Order: sequence, then structure tokens, then C-alpha cells
Amino acid sequence: MSIVDDMNRKEHFRTSVWPTPFHPRTSALNTLNEWHRWKDYTTADAFFDEALEYAAIRNACAVFDLTPMTKHRITGPDAPAFLNRLITRDVSKIGAGRVGYCVWCDDNGQVIDDGTIFHLREGGYRLCSQERQLDWLTRSAHGFDIEMTEETHEVAALALQGPTSCAVLKAIGCTGAENMKPFDIAYFPFAGDELMVSRTGFTGDLGYELWIDPPRALALWDALFEKGANHGIRPMGTHALEVARIEAGFIQAQVDFLPADQAIMLDRSRSPFELDLGRLVDFSKPNFNGRRALLAEKERGSRFRFVRLDVEGNKPARSAYIYNRPKNGDVVGTVTSAEWSPSAKANIAFASMHMPWGRPGDELYAEIYYQRELKWSRVMARCRVAEGAFWDPPRKRATPAADF
Amino acid sequence: MTDRNRIVIIGAGHNGLVCAAYLAKAGRQVVVLEAASQVGGAAATRELAKGFRVSGCAHVCYQLDGGIARELALNSHGLKWAREGLKTVALAGAGEHLVLDGSRAESPALPDADRTAYADYHARMRSFARVLGKQHHRIPPRIGGGGRSDLMTAAALGLDIRRLGRDSMREFLRIAGINIFDVLEELFESPLLKGALAFDAVLGTNLGPRSNNSVLALLHRLSGDAQGGLSLPEGGMGSVSEALAAAARAAGATIRVNSPVARITMEGDRVSGVELEDGEQVPAGTIVSNADPAQTLLRLLGARHLETGFVHRIRHIRSKGMAAKLHLALEAMPTIARLAPELAGERLVIAPDPGYIEQAFDAAKYGQCSPEPALEVTFPSVYDRTLAPAGKHVLSAIVLYAPFDPRASDATARQELLDRALAVLERAAPGIRRQVIASELLLPADIEREFRITGGHWHHGELALDQLLMLRPVPGAAQYAMPVNGLWLCGAGCHPGGGVMGAAGRNAAHAMLAQEKAA
Repeated sequence: MSIVDDMNRKEHFRTSVWPTPFHPRTSALNTLNEWHRWKDYTTADAFFDEALEYAAIRNACAVFDLTPMTKHRITGPDAPAFLNRLITRDVSKIGAGRVGYCVWCDDNGQVIDDGTIFHLREGGYRLCSQERQLDWLTRSAHGFDIEMTEETHEVAALALQGPTSCAVLKAIGCTGAENMKPFDIAYFPFAGDELMVSRTGFTGDLGYELWIDPPRALALWDALFEKGANHGIRPMGTHALEVARIEAGFIQAQVDFLPADQAIMLDRSRSPFELDLGRLVDFSKPNFNGRRALLAEKERGSRFRFVRLDVEGNKPARSAYIYNRPKNGDVVGTVTSAEWSPSAKANIAFASMHMPWGRPGDELYAEIYYQRELKWSRVMARCRVAEGAFWDPPRKRATPAADF
Repeated sequence: MTDRNRIVIIGAGHNGLVCAAYLAKAGRQVVVLEAASQVGGAAATRELAKGFRVSGCAHVCYQLDGGIARELALNSHGLKWAREGLKTVALAGAGEHLVLDGSRAESPALPDADRTAYADYHARMRSFARVLGKQHHRIPPRIGGGGRSDLMTAAALGLDIRRLGRDSMREFLRIAGINIFDVLEELFESPLLKGALAFDAVLGTNLGPRSNNSVLALLHRLSGDAQGGLSLPEGGMGSVSEALAAAARAAGATIRVNSPVARITMEGDRVSGVELEDGEQVPAGTIVSNADPAQTLLRLLGARHLETGFVHRIRHIRSKGMAAKLHLALEAMPTIARLAPELAGERLVIAPDPGYIEQAFDAAKYGQCSPEPALEVTFPSVYDRTLAPAGKHVLSAIVLYAPFDPRASDATARQELLDRALAVLERAAPGIRRQVIASELLLPADIEREFRITGGHWHHGELALDQLLMLRPVPGAAQYAMPVNGLWLCGAGCHPGGGVMGAAGRNAAHAMLAQEKAA
């Protein structure tokens, strides 16, 4: 497997944190000089102002460097069969040139990670994930005639998200990009080579992800910022993205669930049903990792329920316990993600509830601690179980995409 | 009979035959498919040269389950013993040999302290082995299953250990996981005695005397009704299998030889039958495999029908055999130096001290045949005249150690180990080389090929703490049912492991019938 050569060539042991191919540009733009480490790549928390970066996502467009996202290329005659055994949904329904959101489980039906499968061209796939997956994928490959390459470092990637994103794409030469439907993949000539574009993203808005060879990464960045200047283009860091993804209702590994392969205590991991992802489980497939356990769970009932909450007040309910009564109640759940949503003008949260709590109409209270001038206060904020995402504009789906 | 009701058993090894007999007795429609031209698998008798026959793999019976023999009436199905209660003779390189007969160790050269210590050791190891033996008929508990019967079985194991009494329990727990070398060093003086006892602990395993788990492997050998007592069936080990096959047929099972299974077929999420190598389809609602776990699950079924974690565990079962099998056709009965002729037909062990075995093991660990192999030698024709022409004899020996994947080619390693084994034999029985009419040595790789056992390991997987009881073959699948609807295992790869015992086959049949009842 080429990952070994890869590792050797990269000499990981000399440099434990890597710059992405866009680093010359992102570092120049990062006036706050705020960085963190994302899967061993240097990643910006924020560039100039979190709130304005977020505002760019919802009102113009913003660019996010997602090169560190784990990517595997999977090809070979058994690639569809391999993926179908790996993930819980039916990969044969993801046609060539399409992307599908998916989760994969261990034998106990507990979610290892979620991600996206790109059916690039007939029979060739890219699996994108939050966590490193080489170990699990290699184990899973036994008995399948596939070739698998860890290509995280070989593919530079940017997310271009927001209402003016399509206009910017067209401006850099992606003629016809407006006709791409959500989850479509298209290829456009760029800088003497090919630029792959997918209509995907983590913001719940009109947006695209752009995939290119690292040597052309800077040319792509420069083209976007030159042509995008009149469309309000801005760089964004992970803080702005975090607000957008919670508004959009997207969960994240390590935050909203613990990857099953990292969980030690039995009740720390979650099944797809316990993450409100039951729609991704297709029992009509005769075999996939976790199928037997998930069938048993269907029969027996789940332990947890994943809910989106609308919390009273304006204090984000970060890490709050959820009670079933305002006083002397029982802890019936825990908040996993929480933010003030500027677009929904709501105090929103995700929570993992013990069954049977979290039904629509349940009376729930979040125990929120907050600090003002170093003085701690506590509030029991009433919560309403919300149906669907907090941010779901028609422009997310509209095809052809408008210019705005 | 409808296809759905048919039960196909893959492999007519002794466990497959036992399973077939019990299922047929319970009124099920059973078809046993055997790849070879005769039943028995590794418990079969083969022709070595014209007029000479020998047990092909297993050659001494020491674990056959008494309950199974009774319930299946093996005596009335033709099983006869040529000799029961074989003694063990530890051959000394020079000086006096040592005879082990039950709890007695006899040799003029043996210190008195050793004689007493051996009687104690004999009794104690057998009392420990009985704890293991009691588990043989129980279906291992499912870990984390939380079922009532699982808890009861787990509690019963704990209780059996506790019932040894406080001191014995402590001793059992102290030595069960350690190595035989240390235990023998604590107890005995005589290198010859220690060598013979260490030999029993590593026979058929991938262990040396200093490897941990060797005490456990010994306890496994001593477990079961015979408690380590050695017998020779008349007509070789194949007679045990023939009797089991006769019992299964009498109960209504069909047994087809020359029918190698190419793969297990699936329909949706359950088995639908098997396909033979000649393309014939045999539909069935239930498949029971007597083949080893890796052979069954990875080759006959295929990883794609299983889940990743389970496949990973199956792939990591330790099952590399290290024992070779030697067969000689002899012009006449050889003379064993310094041994009374009436003892020559007993079980002869050539392992003069534990260090000798350890050095033999060291070479094999690194891919070489032992320069000075340790041997278990029998001349079954002494007690069983059906095996050789009048006046002539056969030798059947286990040769330790032969690597599963030798650095040299298999052909080179085979010749090398044959020469070395003959050199060791020549020292013990001068002139034996000139008496050889025909010879055959099976390396673990040959055993894998011929008997279709992954790794050529007799026990379908090492007998070790992490591969026994509820961990055999792998955690989560120790109850004979595999995680595919309608697929079961019944071979030595399951609890309680190898040795021509039959308990795995019977337990599997009972587990299937119990599940049917529950459904």
C-alpha cells in the first residue's frame, strides 16, 4: 500500500504538524494568527473576525481549507462490494458523478465515523472522513479485490460556501456550474489541468467543494480571491464553520459522538439510530458491518435518541445536562454541541437523550452555567425538541443555482 | 425432504461424524460431504506400502469421549482396541531408560524423591485436568450476553475451580498460565523424567517447554475420560472414524466421500447450500462445518459475507502446526538399545531432557527443522497384526519440530527432517535404517494440504488461554453458531478443541437442537 511510501516520503517523524498546500495564502491572510492542529495539519481557527467570517458564509461566500480531511481512493473490481460491506447504506444507489453521505459501523453496530463517498467516475471512489480510517479500511479490505490509497496529502481541497459561491465558480471558468445538482460532481478545465468540483459542504447552504492537485493549489486560491473580490469572498476558519454546521444540523465525530473504535466504556458509542441517522441504514443489503447488531437493536429498542433543541434565552447550552423537571429532576440527556444561531435567531443545541426522552413535546430543561465578570451563574433553560435543521434555505437545493 | 430441512456437514472428520450421528438420531436429514476418498480426516488409516497400513495423522487415542462411545454404541459398530493402557518409555541417550506406567515412574536410576514427587504430580495434574474436562460437555458462555444459562455456565467453571480446595485452587491458578519447564524444575531432579513430561506438554503445539500455555496444553491432553491413558484401536485410528461413520449411517445420515466442497452458497443473509468442486449444488438450510474456522469462514464462505471485526479475529487465530508425522514400513521389528523387547511396543519418547526439546523448538521458531528432533515413537503392528505383513512392522512417530513455513523449500525440509529423525532413531535402535522398506514424512504444510487444516495444526488452532473455552475459536462465536444465519462449526477449532474426542461435534449438535427448540 502506497501509504507507507507516502509516510516515508513525507518524513512524518521530522515534522509532526504539516502546512497544507494553501498555507502561503492562509498564513498571509490570518491577521489573528489563530491556529490549531487538525489531524496533524495546521488549520486556522479564524482569520480576521469570526462573526464576519460567519456572515460571509450566509451573505456572500467564504473559503475553507479542508485539505486535512481524511481521504481514501478506492478502486478495483470489488470497490462497490467493499464499500457496501463497509457502510450501512446501499452504495449502488450512488451513481457515477454523485456524492453520498454515509456512516460506517463496527460489528456491534456502533458508528466508527461518518463521511462522504464520492463516486468519481465509473467504479472509482473517494471516501472522505473526519477520522483516520486506514486501519479499519485495511482490515475491511481482506477478501476484496480492491486497491486503496490514503490520498489525504495528494489532494488539496477547498470549501467555497455561501450564496455567491456559484457566481465565483463561473467567474473562474467553471462554465455551467450552476446546473450542478446538490451532491453532483463535475470536472472543469483549470490552469492547464482539471479541477474537480462537487456541490457539497458542511454549512447547509449553497456551496461547493473544490479538489485539485497540490501544485495547482495556490493558483486556485488566487483565482478565487481575484474573481471573488466583487462577490464578497472571505477566508473562514473552523470557528465560523462550527456555527454554520450546527445551524445546518450536521453532527461531528469526537463532538457529537465518540468513534466506536475509540470508545472503551460500552455506553460511550452510538448506533446510527441513536444519532438520528436511521435513514442511512439499508437492511435490504444481505450483509454490512453492524447489520446483525442493528437488526437486534431495531427489535430491542435503542438506548439513546439524538435531538436538536431550541433552548430558551441566549446563553449557549454548551455541555449542559438536560433534566426532565426544572427542579429535582433526573438527568435525561447531555448537550453535545450548542451555539447561538445568528441566522435562525435562536439558541440551538444538539443533545444525546436517554430513551425515552427527547420526544416532540417533552418538557426538558438545560442546566446552563455562564460567567459574567468572572461571576458564575446558573440557569435552567426550557428546551423544545425541534424537527429538522435550524437553517435550510431553498437556495441550498435550487438548481440551476442563482447568482445572488 | 425439502432442501430447507437438509443439514449439510462439511467434512467427515471425527467431530463431523459425531455431529452427524447426533443430528440424525434426533431425526434430522443429514448429508456429510467428505473431500477425501475415506472418512476420518486426520483420524484415518492409510496405506504406506503394499501390505503396510498406518494411522495417517493422529496415531494414539487418548481423549475419545466415553459418553459418546457409549451413546453411539461404537463397540457394536466395530470399534475394537488392539491395546489399552500403553506405557510410556522415556529413552535415555545412555544408561537406564525410564518407564511411566500410570502413577508409577520406574527406573533404577531414578532418585526416590522423584518417584514420590511423580506420584503426587500425576494425581495433581489429573485433578486439575478434571476441571477442564468438566467443561468439555458445556456450551461455553457468551461473554456479555447476560443470558441466564451463560451466567450459570460461567459460574459453574468458577465453582469447579473453587471445589479443588483452597490450596489446590491456588496452585491451579498459579500454574495454569505458566510454562511446564518451570513447574518441572520445581518438582524433579531427573532430566530424563523432566524431558518426558515436558514432551507431553508441547506435543502437537507451537510451544517449547519454556513457552507459557504449555501447562495448559498438558492439562488439555490429560482432560477427558481417559485422563491421558493411551490406547491403540485395532486397524489404526481410521477404525474410530469408521465406527463413528457406521453409527451415523445407522442413525440415518448419508455420508458421501470424494465430494470436496468448493464453497458455501448464500441466499440473502442466510446459507442456501454448498457447491462441490465439480460444480454440483447441494442445497441445504443449515451448514455445519467440521473444517477449521479459517478454512470454513474465509475460504469456503468468504470474508464479504462476514463483518470486518469478526474476519479480523478469525484471521488472527494462531494455528501454525509444528509437528511432523513419520511413517516407516520395516522389514522386521528393530531392537531398541538397552530395552527389554516386551517394552518395545509401548510408546517410546525420545526427549532426554527439557533443554533438548527447547533447542529443537528454537530452530523451528526461525524456520528451520530441528537438528535433533524429539520423537514420540510407536510400533502399532506389535499389538495389531492387521497393519503389516507377518513378521514385518510399521513405525508411526511424531517428530518435533517442523516449521510450517520452512526457509528452505518444503521438499528440502522434508528430506532434511527425515534424515535427522532417522539419525535419532538409529541411535536409539541401531540398524533400523537398514530395515526401512518405505518411508514417509508429513510436514505441517503437507498436513495442511492433505487434511485441509489451515496451518497444519492438529487442533485447528493453538490450545492457549486466549483461544480456549469462551474464546474458542474467537470471542463472540464460541457457541458453535457463526454470525451467518444457518452456519455452524463443529470441529476442533471450537471448544473444547482437538484430540480425537468428539465433544465439539456433540456440543454443536446439542446447540443446534436447542436453538431449534427455542425458535
